[in-house]
Amino acid sequence: MIDIRHISKNFGKFKVLDDINLTCSKGECIALIGPNGCGKTTLIKSILGIVLPSKGDIVFMGQNIANSFQYREHIGYMPQIGRYPDNMTIGQIIEMMKEIRKSSAPDEVLLHQFQLKTLFDKKMRTLSGGTTQKVSATLAFLFNPDVLILDEPTAGLDPLSADILKEKIIEEKQKGKLILITSHLLSELDDLITQLIYMQDGKIRFHKTIEALKRETGEEKISKSISMMLKSGRHE
Amino acid sequence: MNRIVKFVVLDILKNRIVLVYTFILAVLSWSVFSLEDSSTKGLLSLLNIILLIVPLVSIIFTTIYLYNSAEFIELLLSQPIQRKKIWLSLFMGMSVSMLLAFVIGAGIPLLVYEASSVGLMMLGTGCLVSVVFVAIAFLSAIITRDKAKGIGISIMLWLFFALLYDGLILFLMFQLSDYPIEKAMVGISALNPISLARILILLHLDVSAMMGYTGAIFKDFFGTTAGLFVSFFLLILWVIVPFYISLLKFKKKDL
Amino acid sequence: MKTLTAIFFLLHVALFASATVIHVGKDFPVQQIQAAIRQAKNGDTVMVHGGWYKEGNLLIDKPLVLLGINRPVLDGQKKFEVVSIKADRVVLDGFRIQGSGYATLEDPCAIKVYDSNEVTLSNNILDDNFFGIYIQYGKNCIVKNNQILAYGTEEQQIGNGIHCWKSDSLQIIGNTISGHRDGIYFEFVSNSVIWRNCAHHNIRYGLHFMFSNDDAYITNIFRHNGAGVAVMFSKNVKMFDNLFEENWGDAAYGLLLKEINDSYIFGNRFVSNTSGIFMDGTNRVKVEKNVFENNGWGMKIQASCNDNEVVANNFLGNTFDISTNGTLVLNTFNGNYWDKYEGYDLDKNNIGDVPFHPLSIFSVIVENNPPAMLLFRSFIVTLLDKSEKLIPTLTPDNFIDKTPLMRSLEL
Repeated sequence: MIDIRHISKNFGKFKVLDDINLTCSKGECIALIGPNGCGKTTLIKSILGIVLPSKGDIVFMGQNIANSFQYREHIGYMPQIGRYPDNMTIGQIIEMMKEIRKSSAPDEVLLHQFQLKTLFDKKMRTLSGGTTQKVSATLAFLFNPDVLILDEPTAGLDPLSADILKEKIIEEKQKGKLILITSHLLSELDDLITQLIYMQDGKIRFHKTIEALKRETGEEKISKSISMMLKSGRHE
Repeated sequence: MNRIVKFVVLDILKNRIVLVYTFILAVLSWSVFSLEDSSTKGLLSLLNIILLIVPLVSIIFTTIYLYNSAEFIELLLSQPIQRKKIWLSLFMGMSVSMLLAFVIGAGIPLLVYEASSVGLMMLGTGCLVSVVFVAIAFLSAIITRDKAKGIGISIMLWLFFALLYDGLILFLMFQLSDYPIEKAMVGISALNPISLARILILLHLDVSAMMGYTGAIFKDFFGTTAGLFVSFFLLILWVIVPFYISLLKFKKKDL
Repeated sequence: MKTLTAIFFLLHVALFASATVIHVGKDFPVQQIQAAIRQAKNGDTVMVHGGWYKEGNLLIDKPLVLLGINRPVLDGQKKFEVVSIKADRVVLDGFRIQGSGYATLEDPCAIKVYDSNEVTLSNNILDDNFFGIYIQYGKNCIVKNNQILAYGTEEQQIGNGIHCWKSDSLQIIGNTISGHRDGIYFEFVSNSVIWRNCAHHNIRYGLHFMFSNDDAYITNIFRHNGAGVAVMFSKNVKMFDNLFEENWGDAAYGLLLKEINDSYIFGNRFVSNTSGIFMDGTNRVKVEKNVFENNGWGMKIQASCNDNEVVANNFLGNTFDISTNGTLVLNTFNGNYWDKYEGYDLDKNNIGDVPFHPLSIFSVIVENNPPAMLLFRSFIVTLLDKSEKLIPTLTPDNFIDKTPLMRSLEL
């Protein structure tokens, strides 16, 4: 579904992405992990067209995304930190997104589960970080996209809401969608993910299915198997 | 595109700074007209508001708003919209808001007290100056990622256009007073949107003096209908050029 | 007017009991005006009935009353001087005189008065002539209620509306003049009065005075003439209650005074002129109770002017109230109202407690460096003006009104 071919990105002299190749296919739930500043967010933003790569191509559903914008119809994006115009209300934000997407049958499950309807007239400026994250999550799932890109989705959410979101992610995965998640909190993701990508210094250290990972390391816990992988250097 | 414009305008119009700006413009305009014994004095005070306060608020507020909207712009970018449309929508939204603030704050008293050619000219140039400085703010906000630096650039640009430029011209004029520099001076003045706006208003406000012995050069350039069109065209160019450069930069920008 | 004419007519009848009336017109035995004049005796009346008279030059060489009935037209066909008056006590009333010849040397006119006294020209319409009325060596003549219009576009190709030369004791009253070179022109004319005329849209001056002493012009309107009104090389001229309006251009003035002495300018209004009054070589002139409103410059006083008094005037909404090209000031300003005055009046006597400096530094700069006008009302210039007001350095420090009024005079 997404083909990333020889992507590089420099910010000044600093190389954030260094010749990355990656293929993500339908029905997978891929975790993108790595230390701070390893290029996770930049990679995601490149797929979204927010960051323009210095070199290489990204092919989305068979189409090169350079100079294209229509492909984003198929993507739902939840940013790490959502900030919205101060004086817009939740209702207005959702209404605006609906108008942009021209969607007639939105998926309002999260809207109900997060009980955002009661807050529709609240201005974004007055919302807590958690509520803002709920809005971001709702927007990402609202239009039933084929690909979901979630940047630290559970950060800032209370456990109950995090669970609601997790349930939703599993549900969407079962529908055969591609889901890309970046996260630090590995344990939370254990039961969702099918593949794992580990990034460091702008490069992909390894990209494996969970089964392969567990098989190779002999560990049950994903976090442990990752540290095993990193120590042994067997991925090289 | 106007889908986004609508929401941006709704957001900005509820912004406290814009409300205060509108309110202050209204208070100043109504008071200068009702307190002064002749409307000429009121017009003069309003002229200073248009030449100093309107550009300042337009440029600073727009710059800050753009920096604060970085994440929102990111969100919009992740939607199926062209970059050009996002930037243009923001610009339209910003311009419409500043125009509304100016027209409600200063335009209404202007039309009530002085619905003459001077008043209309002031209204027109005030509107254009607002939009010009919104456009310049778009440019200075895209030049650097650093908010403090961006605001600094905006303030410097305002200082330059509103205060320093005329000082430099005056200095040049004294230095070169032995040469026939009239035409060059008209040309140089026309390169600063604030000077241009000021001269356009002056031609109506001090029509008797402007038609005086320096009148020839003024009349030849600004006084004719063609000159008026050229002046307005230049002001509109001051909107288009900075905005267009900022648009080119935005198309290539990583957020 | 009709009754006045009638009284005049009756007076003539009474004075010259033998006077007869000769009718001219196509229904009458006499068809030509010139023929009627030939027949008439001194003091007779010629009544000219409505019609189109193309008689070339009409010479009136004896004291006669010529009355136009139903506005007869005297047409010069662009070839002739239409009416020449070479006798005293001629009255010419109620005609339409048009199409005088055009020549730059001979100055052909609609009506020309040669060396005559007590001539009355009234209620005529003068349309499209080279000169309108021309009086030379006239005395005690009256020019009254005539409408004089022409359509000149260039100074050299049109003459003056009312041109008076070497005359004395004239009365120019209630005429309207437009489209000529000068509306009214006086050269070597003395003891005369110009009253209630309106001169507008003339190419050069509305009124032009040269070497004419002891005259007065009162309650006239001078609007939108090429260069306003010029009074030159004269003395003892009284200028009262006139309106000078909309005289725009780089050498245009409401009123230009050049080499004028001992005159009095009182109660006039100067509105929307490039310069209200321009004074050059003017001495001992009193400027009192005038209104200067919305002019580029209220008054421009050149350094060659001495001992003039500017007293109790209103200066309202002028771009610059006063400017000068010199540094030495020998004129006085007292008790005027300046709308730019920002002083205070603690003792509430309606006189400001701090003197007013009517000369702004920027007007001095513009005087020496005209393109600087481009910077007017910019921040830097306002700053310059304000600081100069606080600490005068470049403007003459005796250029002040020590008793500026707090409220405008009711004028």
